[in-house]
Amino acid sequence: MISMDALKSTYLDGLLHGQREVSAASVSWLNALRAEALERANALTAPTTRDEDWRFTDLSPLYKTVLRPSSQPAEAAASMIEPWLIPEAGSRLVFVDGVFASNLSVLRPEDGVVVSPLAVALARHGEYLQGQLGRVVASSDDPFSAVNTAWLRDGAVVLVDANRDVTHPIHLLFVSASPGVAVYPRTLVVTGCGSRCTVIEDFRSPHQDVSLTNAVTEIAVGENASVRHLRLQSESASAFHIATCGVRAARDGCYSNVSVSLGARISRYNLNVTQSGEGTSFEIDGLALISGRQLADTHSFLDHAQPHGRSRQLHKCIAGGAAHAVFNGKILVRPGAQRTNSAQESRNLLLSDRAHVDTKPQLEIFADDVKCAHGATVGQLDAEQLFYLKSRGLSEPTARDLLTFAFSAEIVERIGLPSVVKSLEDTVIHRTQS
Amino acid sequence: MSGKALLEVHGLTAKVAGVEILKGIDLSVRSGQVHAIMGPNGSGKSTFAKVLAGHPAYEVTGGEVLFEGRNLFDRTPEERARAGLFLGFQYPVEIPGVTNSSFLRLAYNTVQGARGRDELDPLEFDDYVQDKLKLLDMDPAFLERSVNEGFSGGEKKRNEILQLAILEPTLAILDEADSGLDIDALRIVANGVSRLRSPDNAVILVTHYQRLLNYITPDYVHVMDDGRIIKTGDKELALELESRGYDWVADEYRSRQAA
Repeated sequence: MISMDALKSTYLDGLLHGQREVSAASVSWLNALRAEALERANALTAPTTRDEDWRFTDLSPLYKTVLRPSSQPAEAAASMIEPWLIPEAGSRLVFVDGVFASNLSVLRPEDGVVVSPLAVALARHGEYLQGQLGRVVASSDDPFSAVNTAWLRDGAVVLVDANRDVTHPIHLLFVSASPGVAVYPRTLVVTGCGSRCTVIEDFRSPHQDVSLTNAVTEIAVGENASVRHLRLQSESASAFHIATCGVRAARDGCYSNVSVSLGARISRYNLNVTQSGEGTSFEIDGLALISGRQLADTHSFLDHAQPHGRSRQLHKCIAGGAAHAVFNGKILVRPGAQRTNSAQESRNLLLSDRAHVDTKPQLEIFADDVKCAHGATVGQLDAEQLFYLKSRGLSEPTARDLLTFAFSAEIVERIGLPSVVKSLEDTVIHRTQS
Repeated sequence: MSGKALLEVHGLTAKVAGVEILKGIDLSVRSGQVHAIMGPNGSGKSTFAKVLAGHPAYEVTGGEVLFEGRNLFDRTPEERARAGLFLGFQYPVEIPGVTNSSFLRLAYNTVQGARGRDELDPLEFDDYVQDKLKLLDMDPAFLERSVNEGFSGGEKKRNEILQLAILEPTLAILDEADSGLDIDALRIVANGVSRLRSPDNAVILVTHYQRLLNYITPDYVHVMDDGRIIKTGDKELALELESRGYDWVADEYRSRQAA
């Protein structure tokens, strides 16, 4: 019998197996970046529940799973992605098992805007990318980010020039198509001063088998620029999904994020947002809707490193069956980050006796002229609301569905794209009724 | 006596959190009638209303209630609603995230379905509800807001009467439909209720104030005290209560009991 410790110490090695066969990049700095990440990954060990950051999320089911790198992307037909299309979107980049699928993608050329797969972006903007890739999310201390970077060969690149207003949302669709594979999606968004754009990251799988998505997203928000970031994770209920998103906002930059987690057996989303200039604004909304034996873990870290930062965060979890939701929301107000105004709320709804949630708001304040509030609630459906609905003739299941739907609606509506809102509403109704 | 028997209450007793609040209520309501139940705070008026609607916090410990000749208490709250019983809440519940229009349509279609009538799609329902809104002088924008969320006290009460108008129950129990309303809002609510009256339905007005009864003339006024109905009269009784308070009724009841 192999011990868990032995498994996890060799696990990253296993994930890295075959990495050396990845063809060298066209630019040497990218090869250096990969090599450095490989070195870091080899030096780090896979986390266990003994690590404070992973206390509630036990990855041993992942460590017992043998996954192979996706050598050959699966054949993907247009019909596969049909249900996931977003009519409001402009350009669409589709990655199948981590590899760009040009036949499924739509590139709408727009002045001052680059939306392209990494290989194409490297050819045209290589020097610029060298200063951006791997900067917001470092490989230094997170083993999964290091493994992602070690495998870095493809990805989505969005570059927006100063003062450009990208009218249509950019849809980045990452499909984990083959059962049993580990894929490493990568996204880089860099926006110029005074620009505005919306980026949708969308993680899907057409099957219900096991797979691993280990994603890294880096977003650099320019001065006085605005980035809206929507993130939908609806992978297979047997999948593992581990993702880190790093955001750095320059002076007066606005970053808003709506993340919805529906899929995966175990999902972990790290969202690290920091200020590189004063006067930034962060709006962070999250929803996890899980059931069965799913686990959804969101760790957010809002770093108020500069004065006059504002942040508002609302994270909601709805857990049914024997599901387990985890939220750890850290807000750091560094010395000198005066006039920070930050409000965080974690609200959780348990639909069954066996479901549970661990929520941990963490405020660390080292400045004296700030306004910070946080709160957490865990509850069941409100008995008075249920009675009110039933007194109007609604059945118990209908009343429960309606209230569950209502609980999620606050987050879902903030997505603002009618087709996505509609499809999520349908999903919520479908989920609560099953 | 004209009209058919809608509600017959015999010796009803009920507890909440282990405390007996209703101590033996007898009441008979026939179609076409308006009954007012008045009484001081804590007399059990609201408890009586909630027990009839089936609120889970209240435990019926004795007596019986027949609604249109059938036992009320073997039915769930939703079955009572579909059978034509309506409770207008003293404190209507806020439901953020559910729009008033979808809630009203869901309730309407559920109750219609139980009556064997056709359901309405969103467009048809919109036409139907516009007329009802006019009856209560309500802005159609109400429909797009979350159920009762952020409504003023008066708006919440009007929203209750809007539901009454939409669901067309046989028996409406309105728990303090008038409290917190200014004169204008009171008139609108009262006129709304009056116009919904018919020979086939009945209304029980649970109220603290005589004022409402200037607009909706009751056939009977009952005084409730300490979980019992201790006096029944006509609309003149309400005026007398307004000027003299409740103590004399309780005194009269006690001396009658002693005798």
